[in-house]
Amino acid sequence: MENNQMNADNGVNVEALLGAREALTQAPEAAQFQWRATSEWVNGTHSRTTIDKFFGLGEEQQHRSAFQFDADHPEVFAAEDNGATPVEFVLVGLASCLTAGIASVAQNRNIQLRSVKATLEAGMDLQGILGIDGDVRNGFDGIRVNFEIDADASDDDIAAIVAQSQKRSAVFDVVTNPTDVAVTVEKS
Amino acid sequence: MQDRRSQRGTGAVDVVIIGAGHSGLAMSHCLSALSIEHVLLERGAVANSWRRERWDSLRLLTPNWMTRLPGCAYDGDDPDGYMDMTQVIDFVSRYAERIGAPVETGTEVLSVSRQGSGYRVITNRGDWHCRALVLASGAFNEAAIPAVAEDVPAAVKQINAHQYKNPAQIPDGGVLVVGASATGLQIAEEIHASGRPVTLAVGEHVRMPRLYRGRDVQWWMLMSGILDECFEEVDDPARVRRLPSPQLAGTPDHSTLDLNKLIDNGVRTGGRFMGVRDGKVQFSGSLRNVCTLADLKMNRMLNAFDEWATRTGIDTEVDAVERFDATQVDAAEPLRIDLRDGSLRTIVWATGFRPDYSWLDVAVVDRKGQLRHNGGVVDAPGLYVMGLPFLRRRKSSFMHGAEDDARYLSTHLATYLGQAARFAITRIAV
Repeated sequence: MENNQMNADNGVNVEALLGAREALTQAPEAAQFQWRATSEWVNGTHSRTTIDKFFGLGEEQQHRSAFQFDADHPEVFAAEDNGATPVEFVLVGLASCLTAGIASVAQNRNIQLRSVKATLEAGMDLQGILGIDGDVRNGFDGIRVNFEIDADASDDDIAAIVAQSQKRSAVFDVVTNPTDVAVTVEKS
Repeated sequence: MQDRRSQRGTGAVDVVIIGAGHSGLAMSHCLSALSIEHVLLERGAVANSWRRERWDSLRLLTPNWMTRLPGCAYDGDDPDGYMDMTQVIDFVSRYAERIGAPVETGTEVLSVSRQGSGYRVITNRGDWHCRALVLASGAFNEAAIPAVAEDVPAAVKQINAHQYKNPAQIPDGGVLVVGASATGLQIAEEIHASGRPVTLAVGEHVRMPRLYRGRDVQWWMLMSGILDECFEEVDDPARVRRLPSPQLAGTPDHSTLDLNKLIDNGVRTGGRFMGVRDGKVQFSGSLRNVCTLADLKMNRMLNAFDEWATRTGIDTEVDAVERFDATQVDAAEPLRIDLRDGSLRTIVWATGFRPDYSWLDVAVVDRKGQLRHNGGVVDAPGLYVMGLPFLRRRKSSFMHGAEDDARYLSTHLATYLGQAARFAITRIAV
């Protein structure tokens, strides 16, 4: 950066984030968060998931309002297409997490963003989930993310923002690294 | 060197220095110059870690012309070379003799605790009591191995970078080297060259060419002021201190050892080692990004070198500006390796080292096992540390960096002893 004046405004409150980083360094127990979702089957492959409360900073937290997401499968799956396909929600999470990171990192580096567009593509071989070929995995065989960014910065500086955003992204970590998943069931 | 083993071995002294490697000896030199009485306690012989805890082919990452200790520069006939371990041991041992360092060899420190206004040091050869103490026992006492190592099946041999000496220790067959710092790359290269196919697990790393525009990269870092950068000048010293050592090797032909060279040699790269599940090693899918991060960071450093060269008017004294190929990442990078089919026989952990403070009964170690210190001044009266990465300056990580650190900290220590003495006299007078 040529000057030390903070004049970029991407709408990110970096001071608050840096303050939280400092506070949570001193009180690591407050950094323990838990994210939650509840879901209910509607019909067919259609389900509705609600996001409302979460835990963090040592107490129960609540979104400003509850958010609901309908998920289904497309008509080529002989379904009713009442919402995005579950695997597409993974792309929603990855795109929005990386984009939020880009805005935050750019703000911290005093770089004004004018537009940030992402295009995501994830390949998947249906022979996996249909059980046709046991050597084919169920999930994506890879994800490609392409960012088009208009900003007051050099190509290398923009590339560095995108790289740093991946380095600090929770969803990037969730999809690139294994996570232990425990599913329990009870009869209601 | 005075071997006081027979004469002393116990007693009261102003300062105890724990460790007679290059850091402890540099401090000894500076304390002697200030006429401060001290003793160095060394569990083995002088330069013990260099003798016992390094692999056979290791060479210093700094050229000989840079390698120096207070009052003693390299005077051999290969200024651009890199010392091998025999030469390092010889250089450090001759230095100890030359400065007459009061070293108690074969003296292992069992515990250090506060006693009165000073410290009590219990060793296998008796106790010492001192007013001030310098920890110079090194930053690389133990191999830092991730907990997931416990999940590796017993059929796979595991060895860490502390135990590793040469490829003869490694069974025939495939080898996974975990870690892509200087240590991991050097070990991966020589094991692969021995005919054992190597896969290298690559997390975040620091990429650096050996030579840039015809000069050693260490020359650029020294001359442009990077190595002199002080911990107080960087935003987050804790982060910089955690950085893995740069991908460098003391190659006699001055060639660069980087991931591209290893890949050209046939080494496979994978992402960071994440764990073992269903008998398979799992690698992170973040390899592309960690390589991009390292390439971008290297280019920022080279840009800074170029700007400095232009600013200082030495552009014509060095070769033309150059840039290096981006790190290759194969579309078919492995995300898993099956440990049950016998193709992979050995895992080498090159995942870093950490200091051992288990004998330090003073509450100065944080929850992550790191010493709480401010540029070598530890968070306890009269307690100092030497020889940690970026202790005071970037060059603290290298042998030649010990000089400035020892000068500063010995002066601080002398002031502390003086104030402590005045305080004692005042108390007696009252």
